[in-house]
Amino acid sequence: MGASSEPLLRLTGVRKTFPGVVAVAGADLVVHAGEVLALVGENGAGKSTLIKVIAGAHRPEAGTVEVAGRDITALAPAQAARAGVAVIYQELSQVPGLTVRDNLFLGREPSLLRFLDRGDEDRRAREVLARLGCDVEPDTPVARLDLARRQLVEIARALLADARVLILDEPTAALTPREAERLFAVMEELRDAGLALVFISHRLDEVARVAGRIAVMRDGQMLGAWEAADVDRRRLIELMVGRSLEQEFPARDATLGEPLLEVAGLTGGALAPASFTVRAGEVLGLAGLVGAGRTELMRLVFGADRPTAGTVTIAGRRVPPGSPRAAIRAGLALLTEDRKGQGLVLARSARENFALGNLDRWSRGGWLDLGEEARRFAGHVARLGIKLASDEQLAGQLSGGNQQKLLIARWLERDARVVVVDEPTRGIDVGAKHDIYELINDLAAAGKAVVVISSELPEVLGICDRILVMHEGRIRGEITEPAAASQADVMALAVAEASHDS
Amino acid sequence: MTPDATSLARGLRRRLTGYGMLGVLLLLCALFSVLTLQDQHPTGGRAARDLAGLVGDDADRGAPVLLLGRDSDEDREFLDELEGRLRQAGFEQVRTVAGGPPEFRAACEALPAGAGPYLLTLQANLPSVTAIQGSLESLADATILAPRSYRWPTFLLADNLRNVANQIAVIAIVAVGMTLVIITAGIDLSVGSLIALSAVVCAWLVQAMGGQAAGAAALLAAALGAMLVSGLAGLFSGAMVVRFRLPPFIATLAMMQVASGVAYIVAKGRPIYDAPVAFTTLGRGADPLVGLPWAVWLMVVLYGVAHLLMSRTALGRYVYAVGGNAEAARLAGVRTGAVLLFVYALSGVLAGLGGVVMASQLKSGAPTYGLM
Repeated sequence: MGASSEPLLRLTGVRKTFPGVVAVAGADLVVHAGEVLALVGENGAGKSTLIKVIAGAHRPEAGTVEVAGRDITALAPAQAARAGVAVIYQELSQVPGLTVRDNLFLGREPSLLRFLDRGDEDRRAREVLARLGCDVEPDTPVARLDLARRQLVEIARALLADARVLILDEPTAALTPREAERLFAVMEELRDAGLALVFISHRLDEVARVAGRIAVMRDGQMLGAWEAADVDRRRLIELMVGRSLEQEFPARDATLGEPLLEVAGLTGGALAPASFTVRAGEVLGLAGLVGAGRTELMRLVFGADRPTAGTVTIAGRRVPPGSPRAAIRAGLALLTEDRKGQGLVLARSARENFALGNLDRWSRGGWLDLGEEARRFAGHVARLGIKLASDEQLAGQLSGGNQQKLLIARWLERDARVVVVDEPTRGIDVGAKHDIYELINDLAAAGKAVVVISSELPEVLGICDRILVMHEGRIRGEITEPAAASQADVMALAVAEASHDS
Repeated sequence: MTPDATSLARGLRRRLTGYGMLGVLLLLCALFSVLTLQDQHPTGGRAARDLAGLVGDDADRGAPVLLLGRDSDEDREFLDELEGRLRQAGFEQVRTVAGGPPEFRAACEALPAGAGPYLLTLQANLPSVTAIQGSLESLADATILAPRSYRWPTFLLADNLRNVANQIAVIAIVAVGMTLVIITAGIDLSVGSLIALSAVVCAWLVQAMGGQAAGAAALLAAALGAMLVSGLAGLFSGAMVVRFRLPPFIATLAMMQVASGVAYIVAKGRPIYDAPVAFTTLGRGADPLVGLPWAVWLMVVLYGVAHLLMSRTALGRYVYAVGGNAEAARLAGVRTGAVLLFVYALSGVLAGLGGVVMASQLKSGAPTYGLM
């Protein structure tokens, strides 16, 4: 892809501070038409702030933003959009109740009172959706679409506005690999059509797959941009965390004990009966594509959903089915994949979230010993290195890594014997990932049985002692020596021979 | 600014945003105070003390003194206190007259001529006293005194504030339960009807247990019975919400209609008045020390208890957790259904208590109570 000489997007010395923090310290960046640039960095490195500066949502203290040679630094978001900048945020900005067509043209209607030309809108909507290979009718309500299609609708909206610089903020975080692959194909097509794309992701394999160049940020500094071919995964991680990583995954040295979790013939929903055993000190991986039934299976084990048949036994004692409360009492802990939706009460303080589910440990007759609660919380905060402004900081204000650690603290306090973690590192940056891996290691070393559900194959292979692979609701196979296995071995089981479209 | 000052300012701002509503209330109080700023005429003991001071030391101790007041408790307090004070000050011929203008006139006519008498009275009686003076020659050199008036907002008079507090007590008590329901992300539309139901049931029980002749135990039993009935109604709403996943809006809207209907049936569409005077103790009586109505004390105690419940107990935490994220609470082992049942039942019980207080204030129970 020949990059034209005139850059489409040029940032010069962009600086943005917030009270007490330098979010972006003098960033320079050039993106040409017809290229995909990946922007990587840990959470808090300043990527989001930089994007917001480009989009006009933040005004920088110094530096300029130019699009095709035109200075758009001081423009408001709407004007920046008119200049050709479009940002697809992680939290999509759509009105779910409106149709695809209405969302595509929302805010672009010619005037408030003139009748809309539906025919024309439909035609243009179909045209742009077809270009993206998106098979939705313009009058489908957006709420009915899956996330991948909603994202395409958002991109279509940007194209309708004649965007020339398209910025995607972690677009694949919630997509299945297949959906992500389709998104990459769309991105490549737009690249070839002469757009400049900026792509933010925590998944380095994706970055290597789709980006021509990779820009790295750390602590507000733009370290530079490299040709994707010139930097390998390890080098990228070192650049991001600012230190050389001995190893991406901590070493495992498992001593297996008694079977702690025994699942026999457990079934419910669309799942085939599943049976497996996890021993004390063991880390069991549960791999498979998104939608293979891994989360559903562990929800049955935990009692979050009610199984139709089968038994769960923890340390030799049967757990009554369908009751998270009973499972917790029996010594089972579940860290859900959806931390915000199912793990935390975002509008309450970090301390209260830690205490939820543990209150019986420092209360008598329902009366809480708040001093004891604060002491115990402080112990976990120090041990896990949770970064808090104060105990009273709202859980919703914490970063993903700290939210995950907060939930881990909750279950550590509970002293659960079997810990199930669902996608423990989703949305968490590289540095914090390492902490979480070490925590999982420590849990196993302390004689607990750990089950890790993960879609990231390197992670499953790196931290587990044994891997079960699921496909379409059943356990397809087992990998007993992850150290000797490759990602291809797991994928072979995960996609199975007859691959019908989902 | 130094870091200390910045954090102080930030803390202050946070506090202010949290309690902005208090500021609005204070502003309203100030507004009402300004609007109701007017001349206040002292009465009772206060008026007596003021008047005793007004009668100067150089007054003739031998002159006849008439104290004129109406035949009411408040005026008698004024007359007795003033009489005592004047006698202490050395006045010998002090007579009190409790009645209306005819009695005043009769007393004045009985005064010896040319005695230079003192006529002491309240602001309210001044016109009739001056009229009598104008028509009697013997009073030409009489001195007429009344307590001085002063400017003060009527809104801020102790009587008015006590009255306001008593009026809001019912709503404030019901609001405690409603607050918990709202914290769980629900709503209880039935409280108004439950107030009526509870008031009617309470009055009906009192009637059934002897009416005018009902004793203290019967009154207590009637109050508890009424609260039990509306607590069960709340529990039923909660069960609909938990068991059948009815939206709280719908479940409690239905209960609103049901409770109102039952209240009409129990009362046969008419207010029930048949209650002993003791029945009004809760609603109209006040404690002898501070003079706060019992209903207000009840409200204050309930707020204290509710505060402790929400900040110091596991149950309070669970209420917040269920409201913030019910699924996360369930997966953390909280019995979310039980928590919801509790808050709806509590809302019912407190609405019932509100109904009992209202019945006591009005000494009757009618199905039209609680309409707001």
